[in-house]
Amino acid sequence: MGIIKVRKYHQAKWNEPIIFQLNTPDERGFIIPYFNYKKKINVPNKIKRDKLPNLPEISQPKILGHYLRLSQETIGGNIFIHGEATCTMKYNPKINEIISRNSKITELHPLQPIETIQGSLEILYRLDLFLREISGFDKYIFQPGSGAQSIYTMASIIYKYHKVNKNYQKNEIITTLLSHPSNHAAPKTRGFKVIDIPPDPETGLPDIEAFKNAISKKTAGLIICNPEDTEIFNTKINEITKMFHEVGALCAYDQANVNGLLGLVRAKDMGFDIGFFNLHKAFSSPHGSGGPGSGAIGVIKDLQEYLPIPTVEYDEKNNFYYLNYNLKYSVGKIREFYGNFNVIIKAFAWIMSLGEIGLKEVSKTSILNNAYLTKRILSEVKGIDISFPKSPYRVSQTRFTFKKLYEETGITVDDLSRRLADFGFHTYHSHHPWIIPEPFSYEPVETYSKDEIDEFIETLKLVVKEAYENPEFVKNSPYQSSIHKLKDLEMLNDYKKWIPTWRIYLNKYIKR
Amino acid sequence: MKKEFKHPYIPNTSSYTRKKMLEYLGLKDIEDLINKIIPTNLRFKGKLNLPDPLISEVDLKKYINNIIYKNQSCEDLLCFLGGDIWQHYVPSICDEIGMRDEFLTAYTGSPAQAYTDHGRFQAQFEYQSLMAELLDMDVVTMPSWSWGNSAATALRIASRITKRKKVLVINSISPERFNVINQYLYPDLKILKIKIDKNTGMVDLNYLKKVLTDEIAAIYIENPSYYGVIELNGKEISEISHSNNSLLIVGVDPISLGYFKPPSQYGADIVVGTLQPLGLHMNLGGGIAGFLATKNDPNFIQEIPYRITGMVDTLEYDEFGFEEAFYERTSFMVRESPDKSKEFFGTAAGLWAIIAGVYLSLMGPKGMYEIGETILKRTQYAIDKLSEIDGISVPKFKSIHFKNFIIDFSKIKLNIDEINHRLLKYGIIGGLNISDRFKNNALYSVTEIHSKEDIDFLEETLKKIINENKR
Amino acid sequence: MKMITKKKIGFILNPIAGMGGKIGLKGTDGIEIYELISKLGLEPWSPVRGLRFLEFLKKLDNNLKIVVYSDQMGGNLVKNIGFEMISITKNENKKYTSSMDTKIAAKKMLEMGVDIIIFVGGDGTARDIQDSVGINIPVIGVPAGVKMYSSVFASSPETAAKITINYLNGNIKKTIEAEVLDIDENLFRNGIYRVKLYGFLKIPYDNVYYPGSKIPTSENEELNQIEIAQEIINNLDNNIYYIIGPGSTTKRIIKNLNFETSLLGIDIIKGRKLIGSNLNEYKILEIINKNKSKLIITPIGGQGYIFGKGNLEISANVIKKIGGKKNIIIISTRNKIYKLNQKPFLIDTNDKELDERLSGWYKVIVGLNEYMMYKAVPSFNLHS
Repeated sequence: MGIIKVRKYHQAKWNEPIIFQLNTPDERGFIIPYFNYKKKINVPNKIKRDKLPNLPEISQPKILGHYLRLSQETIGGNIFIHGEATCTMKYNPKINEIISRNSKITELHPLQPIETIQGSLEILYRLDLFLREISGFDKYIFQPGSGAQSIYTMASIIYKYHKVNKNYQKNEIITTLLSHPSNHAAPKTRGFKVIDIPPDPETGLPDIEAFKNAISKKTAGLIICNPEDTEIFNTKINEITKMFHEVGALCAYDQANVNGLLGLVRAKDMGFDIGFFNLHKAFSSPHGSGGPGSGAIGVIKDLQEYLPIPTVEYDEKNNFYYLNYNLKYSVGKIREFYGNFNVIIKAFAWIMSLGEIGLKEVSKTSILNNAYLTKRILSEVKGIDISFPKSPYRVSQTRFTFKKLYEETGITVDDLSRRLADFGFHTYHSHHPWIIPEPFSYEPVETYSKDEIDEFIETLKLVVKEAYENPEFVKNSPYQSSIHKLKDLEMLNDYKKWIPTWRIYLNKYIKR
Repeated sequence: MKKEFKHPYIPNTSSYTRKKMLEYLGLKDIEDLINKIIPTNLRFKGKLNLPDPLISEVDLKKYINNIIYKNQSCEDLLCFLGGDIWQHYVPSICDEIGMRDEFLTAYTGSPAQAYTDHGRFQAQFEYQSLMAELLDMDVVTMPSWSWGNSAATALRIASRITKRKKVLVINSISPERFNVINQYLYPDLKILKIKIDKNTGMVDLNYLKKVLTDEIAAIYIENPSYYGVIELNGKEISEISHSNNSLLIVGVDPISLGYFKPPSQYGADIVVGTLQPLGLHMNLGGGIAGFLATKNDPNFIQEIPYRITGMVDTLEYDEFGFEEAFYERTSFMVRESPDKSKEFFGTAAGLWAIIAGVYLSLMGPKGMYEIGETILKRTQYAIDKLSEIDGISVPKFKSIHFKNFIIDFSKIKLNIDEINHRLLKYGIIGGLNISDRFKNNALYSVTEIHSKEDIDFLEETLKKIINENKR
Repeated sequence: MKMITKKKIGFILNPIAGMGGKIGLKGTDGIEIYELISKLGLEPWSPVRGLRFLEFLKKLDNNLKIVVYSDQMGGNLVKNIGFEMISITKNENKKYTSSMDTKIAAKKMLEMGVDIIIFVGGDGTARDIQDSVGINIPVIGVPAGVKMYSSVFASSPETAAKITINYLNGNIKKTIEAEVLDIDENLFRNGIYRVKLYGFLKIPYDNVYYPGSKIPTSENEELNQIEIAQEIINNLDNNIYYIIGPGSTTKRIIKNLNFETSLLGIDIIKGRKLIGSNLNEYKILEIINKNKSKLIITPIGGQGYIFGKGNLEISANVIKKIGGKKNIIIISTRNKIYKLNQKPFLIDTNDKELDERLSGWYKVIVGLNEYMMYKAVPSFNLHS
């Protein structure tokens, strides 16, 4: 068994200057190959840049060093357990990185002749087949670059579907307050009115009666997470999707929280007509400091004609893969080309590595890890409670509340998360809105070993102890991080004071 | 007794650990736990038809490589395809930083991210700052999913600011990008096309003046255009636009801006474009990201849905931190705006931003000038060389071209697909078939990776193919 | 300017938490009041609440100057906790405190330029402060007393302390108008217990449950109200009379239509025109007599009452005339709903049967094209 201890950690602290401050006139980072063509090209001055851009001049090794140092000041998901709940920060296998760096993947133009990209098209098609199995849907595409863009795609499909079927009065989408905030924002962009259903204060689940009252002949669709943010699995989901189908509405599934359900429940069985996976979450592709990601959208047969173009198809007779741009009611293009292949290949490799039994094991272990984490936290950590105690069972993460800690010490979850950073840990609160006061969550996925979970819990206990004994200390943390506590946060909100670029900083705060 | 499944990615499949955890929870089997969460009527009891797992990396790598070796990349073939994604050289430092595990596996949104992720925040702030210098604009946001997405959002922003519901878009825009914009703007906003001059391929100014009405929120042009044409009349277009109280939005290829004037200097209000040329591998269309820049004007800023990294002081003197700026989005325009939403955002292209920042740092001012110049010269060389071929006309437009240019094959009996099919036999990927716009024309592209020999080889191959066909 | 000065706050403790005057406890003092109050089952009592507030405040920031009126009205507690203190009166050892003291205290604190006034009390105290300083200075109430209908109270003494600190250090920049409700004295003298909307106090805009929102929605209360008003206006049926209830959210509709009425009165609009304003029950019934009408209301006060507190002109008769639940449109800013802490809206029309018929799920307008399903229940169903 491994050692479990609370670390005497210090993050790399380089006090690294901003890249512009490394400027040294006449240094070169990169030389462009010269092209010896003598012909004079008459470029009028009005379109020629009259002054070189004010980029810094820095030599190559200095640039490398600068960015390497910045990377040291970043706690990624592989260097230490991450735990940012709802983001599914799991192991991003290195073999998948190596595979995806092959020039036969990186140096492909999306519009190359089809016969030259048969390998990639095969992978796209086969991943389509894999995901059909996992969800029960009939066709997948990978065009959206993220979950939010996937939700927008689903809203677009719902919109087009009703337009084609002349259901002109159907302009309302119903979602829940505890589904991802984009479930609310994206349909609104598509022109829908959005109705939120709040959680029942006892169970944490949206009330069936509320759905009954919200659904009308104007209802176009449902867009929902199950489980929602709180990871309480809604066992009545079939009842709910049925209600929507009865008024001719479509049911769309945001599967951001699928990590505990792979192979255990299928989207189609819950009554959904359309759903998406975040390939950069449950399917192990790395998060990339905020992208690129990938949204895989699956639909039932009746909705295939609405998908964004193109789809990848297989001509079995000739053993040939091709792109199909002829979808009768296609919503058009959500984004250029047909997907982030660099992300997609990693999801494909991950599924190939695990197989059916592995996927089920991923979910089972996530559930087990979370149950273990939850029980230990509730029994051993002071000042914390579970949200919605009437629903004690959660899937792969638990939303806690540190309300008691706050009332007894004045320490907020923001303070706690800063102090936890002093030990290398990330945490998470909750999506907006915060229905639960002082929310706190941790998602142990299937990646973190028992020892690592134990270390997190021991550290959390220590930090909570500090909160009770020395709140002032916790309040002004972090102390072992790359930087100290931020101050004057209102600077970020005031366009007169904010600093989004270095040039604004120079203009506003230096040049006087 | 079922053999227990163990996998290197799942530490707690260790029977040693599993036993301890179940004991702690007082369970015999995980099934007991799952049954409390997932009702039996929803539980999937069947078998997923997935291939047997390749648990060993040895097998996995071999298996997947066998599939991808069916591909022929732009390293195996000589590629002249461009359009709105190109084969550029990716500097080794860009690859190296793009592979750094910390940047690769970090995320956004955790509450103490200013501390745990200080490095990537700084790298992203530097991206914003470096792009700001290249574009000569004060505010640069974190990138969106693509050029088309940024352009579409810029148009919606313009609608919210001006409260008008029509936009003008240059008709030379790529079909991919137009499709994205169209999808996003429908049905709240109407898109009208701006004609280009038949000879120059630049914006037809007279036409523009004719179609401009007080319902137009913005004019969107591209420079260089999809056809590779450098727009010379940016200033005039800007004046025409502003005298109508419409905004000017310009889409650019950033790799041209070390040499050519950034649109802010001829009056653009919002500038968008693609980050792909700045150090991102094409990845079959995965290496794309859209940037958006504008001025430090609250009327604009409060309409932007994208994330922006802001610099903040810390308790320590001479230290700075970063966080996401939550500038006041108190737009009171929402009442009369045809666009009633504030759009949405999410995970997009954080890593690509970092890499683009590295690229700009490597290039520096001189490098950006040189790469613009070398591409310009190579494009010109290609045009000049190819115009030596009888029977084709190049370039289609009498203008300065950058990267992209159109070859008119309409006098040749072969159609574009046939030509490309034959080119492929010689190991060349020919230009994009744009017959939907110009019958039997193709869009070719040349970047800094195309040497004189490459271009000469294209010329002689095309000549050969055309001559073969004459008989 | 000057060297770093401590922030100055005003602290008013009403030792008899809001019930004193009404139940005629004037004139008694000392231990007897407290014994009597606790005998009447009025828990919690204000000094305990006040103490909790000050203790938590000290934890968050012990570098404040606190202005009090007298020892009795909070001075003793402040001294006890150890804050730097300024007392307006010099320990006159008054036997009892009255409304007048509260009003003078508030006015003096405003003159002394305190940044914010915190009071410990109930609706009565809120009303006294509203009477004397109106919306000229930010105020926050530490809840003490039995029923607090006004929406000027924080959810707990600790939350009041947090809001105070956040306001002082600029984390909260905005203030909003919050309703002050209290027992209608005229009716009370006739033996009828009804709660009336008296006016508004300015309170810090505490969006505790929406901190640092990372999605582009309106976190701004005023903008939220404008959007809601616009949603209503976009969907008006020109053949219907709309009764507009009191409150800043509802009156934004009137403002968006370019009219000016009072925040407290009931108005009626039709086809974007103002038909009548500040109407009583009789006038309302007269106007909507044979016409199709709907009611647009917003919860009044901090308890989430949609009927029965503060909008008495919208009587059971009026509600029955408009046709009940299906013609009632509830609007509310999101922040107001979140502050209810998942507790439902309350109904108290004085007609129990009607209360039952009106309860259930409502599609509440919370923004432009944005709705939230929210439950309303009869208040008599709840335990106190």
